[in-house]
Amino acid sequence: MGQRLIYLDNNATTPTDPRAVEAMIPYFHEMPGNAASRNHPAGWAAEGAVDTARDQIADLINVDSREIIFTSGATESDNLAIKGVFEMYARKGNHIITATTEHKAVLDACKKVEKKGGQVTYLPVNDKGLINLEELEAAITDKTILVSIMWANNETGVIQPMKEIGEICARHGVLFMSDATQAVGKIPVDPKEVGVHLMAFTSHKMYGPKGVGALFVNRKNPRVKVTSQMDGGGHERGMRSGTLNVPGIVGFGKAAAIAKEEMHDEAIRLAGLRDRLQKGLMEILEESYVNGSQEHRMPHVTNISFKHVEGEGLMMTFNQNIALSSGSACTSASLEPSYVLVALGLGDDLAHSSLRFSLGRFTTEEDIDATIEQVAEGVNHMRDLSPIWEMYKEGVDIDAIEWSEH
Amino acid sequence: MAYSDKLLDHFKNPRNVGTLDKNSATVGTGLVGAPECGDVMRLQIEVDPITKKITEAKFKTFGCGSAIASSSLATEWLKGKSVDEALAIDNMAIVEELALPPVKIHCSVLAEDAIKGAIKDYQEKNGLEVTATVGAH
Repeated sequence: MGQRLIYLDNNATTPTDPRAVEAMIPYFHEMPGNAASRNHPAGWAAEGAVDTARDQIADLINVDSREIIFTSGATESDNLAIKGVFEMYARKGNHIITATTEHKAVLDACKKVEKKGGQVTYLPVNDKGLINLEELEAAITDKTILVSIMWANNETGVIQPMKEIGEICARHGVLFMSDATQAVGKIPVDPKEVGVHLMAFTSHKMYGPKGVGALFVNRKNPRVKVTSQMDGGGHERGMRSGTLNVPGIVGFGKAAAIAKEEMHDEAIRLAGLRDRLQKGLMEILEESYVNGSQEHRMPHVTNISFKHVEGEGLMMTFNQNIALSSGSACTSASLEPSYVLVALGLGDDLAHSSLRFSLGRFTTEEDIDATIEQVAEGVNHMRDLSPIWEMYKEGVDIDAIEWSEH
Repeated sequence: MAYSDKLLDHFKNPRNVGTLDKNSATVGTGLVGAPECGDVMRLQIEVDPITKKITEAKFKTFGCGSAIASSSLATEWLKGKSVDEALAIDNMAIVEELALPPVKIHCSVLAEDAIKGAIKDYQEKNGLEVTATVGAH
């Protein structure tokens, strides 16, 4: 590889901050202990390191450290929260409310719950990607045990009205769970302030290592319990057994401490770069559309559709130099375009034409300027190749054509 | 997903991009796929009225890299062939030549359909017996 890869796929995963890597290293060899070994110094050192990390993580989201359950990542945390609540509160009810734009970890866990006799309501979103609060409230029944709404969307960066959702849940005595994977460490996230009782998040989206995540479980008013999905040893207050990933947890803790210090300034810097990128592309390229709310959006994300260009092909014009994601079907095995963008009301054609730019701590202004140049070049190249672009330019009504579906 | 050098070459340097006059009697146009499905191919051939050979082939494709490479390759193969020879082009030959991964086989199917569509249009325009069937897969 000649030049440095410009990495704009931070919503997929972030590079581990070197400071987090450095903090982890002693816990691989020098301090080999199992945090559950209570009878020797190696075990005590590991336990102490885990305690420190738990405090750092709890401190970032303003909760008690006893409310942090370590897991292998946000997917496991989502599963533990949804399946765990479903089993634990079976006597109270069997109904869960979520939204169509949730991450697959939530949607697939909900599908599993349905197979086990649960009822799930999937709320639609509007063209900005936001759920309707009245629809949410109307969906609550006396059988509803859980509302699960993500803090910020992974594809569009759209932030849901957490405080309002929390108020509705509190009014009806329903537990409120949130997948906050994309929000924690990047914007202020305070679950107690907005009435979230369970919250899933992960280290590798906030510059910590992969393979470690957490579930916040509210301890008081109400005391929330989840049925464990992993048994064997009763670690993590019986909610998640398994030897703790000590180096991973130490790195996660360090990443949380760094985020608490730096995320305020970092968010301002990234919003500036993101706006520069979005404005730059929109100015050069006609028929470009930003997907989702720009008002309620994460500072480091923009999702743009370039009409009459297919996303994966477009990415191939620059993917030796720039890493990012597309909502195009062709990037997935399913051949279906992004269900999140389709839920916003985008036609399949615009969903196929989308790129997601997610900036991060290590993104520079030079990266952004090079990206504007190369993406614009790619879009123009692909449009020169596109028969639909040619028709559009000739004034043909593309929607009126009878396409051969295949 | 790592693509073959041949595929990347056709993607980066697509052959025969362009448009022929779709109203000309010697030109056949195949337009297949749908924007909703993420790929649309337009493939055009020009047939010499005397020799009945394909003298020119052009394409434009909206789609992924494999779709663009498949249609570029198809235009390369079409030039110099008779209509009957062109009808014998099988999508699996494209799959093999470009080393398309399994999830991209539909791109080669689309290219074969585009060839057949172009021939069908040419045959219909000229009152010939239509021997091309599109979407036989």
